[in-house]
Amino acid sequence: MAITHIIFWFLTALALVSALMVLLSKNPVYSVLWLIAVFFAISGHYILLNAQFLAIVNMIVYAGAIMVLFLFVIMLMNLDKETEPQKDIWMKVAGVISGGCLLIQLVRLAKDAPEMVNKTALLKTGSIGLIENLGKVLFSDYVVPFEISSVLFLSAMVGAVVIGKK
Amino acid sequence: MTILALDWFLLIEKLILIAIIIFASLGVALYTTFAERKVAAILQDRPGPNRAGPFGLLQPLADGLKLITKEEIIPTHANKWLFILGPGLAMTAALMTCAVVPWGGTIEVLGHQVDLQIADVNIGILYVFAVVSMGVYGVMIGGWASNNKFSLMAALRAASQAISYELAMGLSLIALLMVTGSLSLRTIVEQQVGHVWNIVYQPLGFLIFFICALAECNRTPFDLPEAENELNFGYHQEYSSMKLGFYLFSEYINMFISSTIMATMFFGGYDLPFVTSHLSIPGTAAIVGIVVLMAKVVMFIFLFMWIRWTIPRFRYDQLMDLGWKKMIPLALANMLVTGFFILWHQNNWHF
Repeated sequence: MAITHIIFWFLTALALVSALMVLLSKNPVYSVLWLIAVFFAISGHYILLNAQFLAIVNMIVYAGAIMVLFLFVIMLMNLDKETEPQKDIWMKVAGVISGGCLLIQLVRLAKDAPEMVNKTALLKTGSIGLIENLGKVLFSDYVVPFEISSVLFLSAMVGAVVIGKK
Repeated sequence: MTILALDWFLLIEKLILIAIIIFASLGVALYTTFAERKVAAILQDRPGPNRAGPFGLLQPLADGLKLITKEEIIPTHANKWLFILGPGLAMTAALMTCAVVPWGGTIEVLGHQVDLQIADVNIGILYVFAVVSMGVYGVMIGGWASNNKFSLMAALRAASQAISYELAMGLSLIALLMVTGSLSLRTIVEQQVGHVWNIVYQPLGFLIFFICALAECNRTPFDLPEAENELNFGYHQEYSSMKLGFYLFSEYINMFISSTIMATMFFGGYDLPFVTSHLSIPGTAAIVGIVVLMAKVVMFIFLFMWIRWTIPRFRYDQLMDLGWKKMIPLALANMLVTGFFILWHQNNWHF
C-alpha cells in the first residue's frame, strides 16, 4: 500500500465516524465539534486530489468561520437535557426511513452519472484544483456568475448591517 | 531506499525538522516570557526577575515547575473533556502555523538537499490563515466548558475580536499578494533576496497587518480577552496549573509565529541585504539566513513588548470601531491603490 492509500483510508474512516458522531452525540456542542472534524477529513481528501486551494478554503470558510458562528449560537442558547423537547419514537422512525430513501437515491444517481462511470479519481496529480488554474477559470469562463455571486454577498452584508442597526 | 513504497529519508527528514521547529518554538516562547518580564522591568525602572540563576536566566524554568506542581482544579459542573481539550487545541493551533515558514535556505545532509522548511505548499499564506482561524476554538471551547458566565463572555469577546481583525488582516495581505503574485512563502522570500523588501511596496499594508497581528495575539492595546484588572480576567478564569500555562504559553508562541510571518512577508525573511545573494557556500548561506531571521523576529517581539508596556488598553466598542470602520476601509483603499499602481506599471508608466 502506498502512503496515499493509507492516508485515504484513514481520512475516509475519520470522515464517516465523525459524521456519525455528529448525529449520535446528545450534546449539540459535541455535534458541532465532530462536524469540524468532518470538514478536516474532507479537506484532507481535497489535498490528496491535489486541490489545495479548495482544501484550505473549505477549512477557512466552513471550519473557521461558519462553524464558529454555529458554536456561538449553540453556546448562547443554553441547551440543557431537561429543557430539550423529546421527540416521538414514530417521528424518529419516519426520519430514518425518509433519510435512507434519500441516501439510496443519491448513491444510485452518483453511480449512474455519465461523468463518473469508468473513471478513477486522480490522486496527487491533476492541476485543476490549484489556485492559478482555478483563478483563471473563475475570471475568464465563469466571470459573470462569479461577479453576480459577489453582488449577492454584498446584498447579504447590507442586509445584516440593516438588521443589526434595528 | 523504498520499503512500503515510502521515501523513508524524506519521512525521517521531515520528522526531525518538525521536532526541531516545535522544540525551538517552545524554547523561544519560554524565553519570551522571561524577556517580557525583563522588558517590563526596564520600562518601569525596576530590576525584574534576577534570583533564579545568573541574571535570573532560570526564571522561566522555575515558572514552569511552579505551574506543573500546582493543584489541578476542574470545576464541578464543568464539561470535563472539553475543559481539557480547550488548552490543547489552543496549543496545537499555535504550533501548527510554523509548518509553512521558510527558516533558511537549503543545506546538504548525507548527499540529500534539505530545505529548511517543513512544507513548501503553494498556498502557504492561506494555510496560515486557516490555522489562525482554528485558534479561536481553543478559546471558545475553554470558555464555554468552564461553566462560568464570565469565562463565556470573555470567550465570546475574544472570538469576535479575532474574527473581526482576521478580515482586515486578510485584506491587507491581498494587496501584498497582488505585488508578489504568489502565495508560497518560500517564493515570496526568494523574490525579496537581492531586491528591495516588500515593506517598500506595502508600508500601509504592513501597518494594518501589524495592528491586526497585535489584536490576533491578544496583546495590548487589544488584550480585552484577558483584562484581569477590569473585566474579571478572561476565558481562562477557571483554569489552573499547566492548563492555564498552556493558554498563556500558546499566546507567546502566537507572538513568535506572527513575528516570523511579518519578517517573512514584509522584511525579506532570511535575507540579509547585500550579503545573502553573494554567499557562495550553500551551508553558510542557510546558517546566516537562520540567524538573520531570528534577529528580525526578536526585534518584532521586542516591539510587541514595548507596545504592551507603553499603551493602555482600548475599550471594547473602540476596539470594534477601529477594526470594522477604520482598518477594513483602509485595507480596501490600500488594495485599490496597489491595483492602480500595478496596472500603471504594466502599462510602462503611461496612462
